[in-house]
Amino acid sequence: MLDFIIQQPIIAALVALAGLGIIFGALLGFAAEKFKIEGDPVIDQIDELLPQTQCGQCGFPGCRPYAESIADGDEINKCPPGGQSTINAIASLLDVPAPELDQEHGEEAEVKSVAYIREDECIGCTKCIQACPVDAILGAAKLMHTVIVDECTGCDLCVEPCPVDCIDMLPVETGIKQWQWSAPPLPNGLIATDRTQSHSNHEGAA
Amino acid sequence: MQEVAVILVSSVLINNYVLVQFLGLCPFMGVSKKLESAIGMSAATTFVLTLTAMVSYVVDRAVLIPLELEYLRTISFIMVIAAVVQFTKMFIEKTSPLLYRVLGVFLPLITTNCAVLGVALQNAAKPLSFAHASLYGFGAGAGFSLVLILFSAMRERLAAADIPQPFEGAAIAMITAGLMSLAFMGFGGLV
Repeated sequence: MLDFIIQQPIIAALVALAGLGIIFGALLGFAAEKFKIEGDPVIDQIDELLPQTQCGQCGFPGCRPYAESIADGDEINKCPPGGQSTINAIASLLDVPAPELDQEHGEEAEVKSVAYIREDECIGCTKCIQACPVDAILGAAKLMHTVIVDECTGCDLCVEPCPVDCIDMLPVETGIKQWQWSAPPLPNGLIATDRTQSHSNHEGAA
Repeated sequence: MQEVAVILVSSVLINNYVLVQFLGLCPFMGVSKKLESAIGMSAATTFVLTLTAMVSYVVDRAVLIPLELEYLRTISFIMVIAAVVQFTKMFIEKTSPLLYRVLGVFLPLITTNCAVLGVALQNAAKPLSFAHASLYGFGAGAGFSLVLILFSAMRERLAAADIPQPFEGAAIAMITAGLMSLAFMGFGGLV
């Protein structure tokens, strides 16, 4: 067998390279299984709950760093864009009591809003462009700026630096594009303990 | 014992892969801005070099020479290197996520570090024993680490130094590397 392989240089080359490839592939596959990283699933879960506006109002450079910080034990009430609903979701994830939103980091907007630049008042200073965390403002120096509505996360960060106060936060108009079916009501009484709870609530109400 | 010392001195100082043979210059310039990442890179590259020298020796003597396939050395050694680097990447990702993040793209780029292929090919060309071949690999890694750490320490000083404007940044780094290379050429008279 070996003699035959050596006599056929092309077959020998093919066999050798394919064999080496298979051996290394098997070793790497084994190593991948052995050195598998689980990562920190909690950070990913928290990061998923945060609104991903990357606005930095919490004092961290983005949502992921804040999620890491929460996993290390930071306060969970520093996210104004997420508001109370995000705080409640994180609180239930981490099984801690849900605090009120920390006013220090900003107030929760009543409705989702986007920035609007009154374009004839804009002097083209580019300060709002530098402030925008998601690059939603178009424009150049000494030229009028404008906001890309689809990209704007409504984080308010561009309002403060504008020297001529020409940026307004306008509520998002609800049109056909944004309209969605309302979520179906949560099925009640699927779990036995829920059933007794809602039962006692009804009795209390009655 | 004397042989071990000779191999180490020759691969670390006299035939230093970076400054005398000019192999592996990419990470030498790329990862030398910070001492911390330079140390991490040195450790990873030394690990890869030693392991590659061993594995490629085995591949060469056990597969390529018996089958008279010496002309396949380059491609099979590249395969060995790619596998070893991938293994190192997994190992570092598991053991030190911080180092993994610091090294970033330079970790997979060890694959294209020509010092690694250089060591494997030069070992194959010499009649060495397995122990000596792996010692050559380790010596090459140690030499790489030595100059990378020295150079990054100098570059950290240079960042704060008052350098004439035309020489700032990469220019002064190149000049420094040239002077270091000149100094290492001086080791040629050691043996």
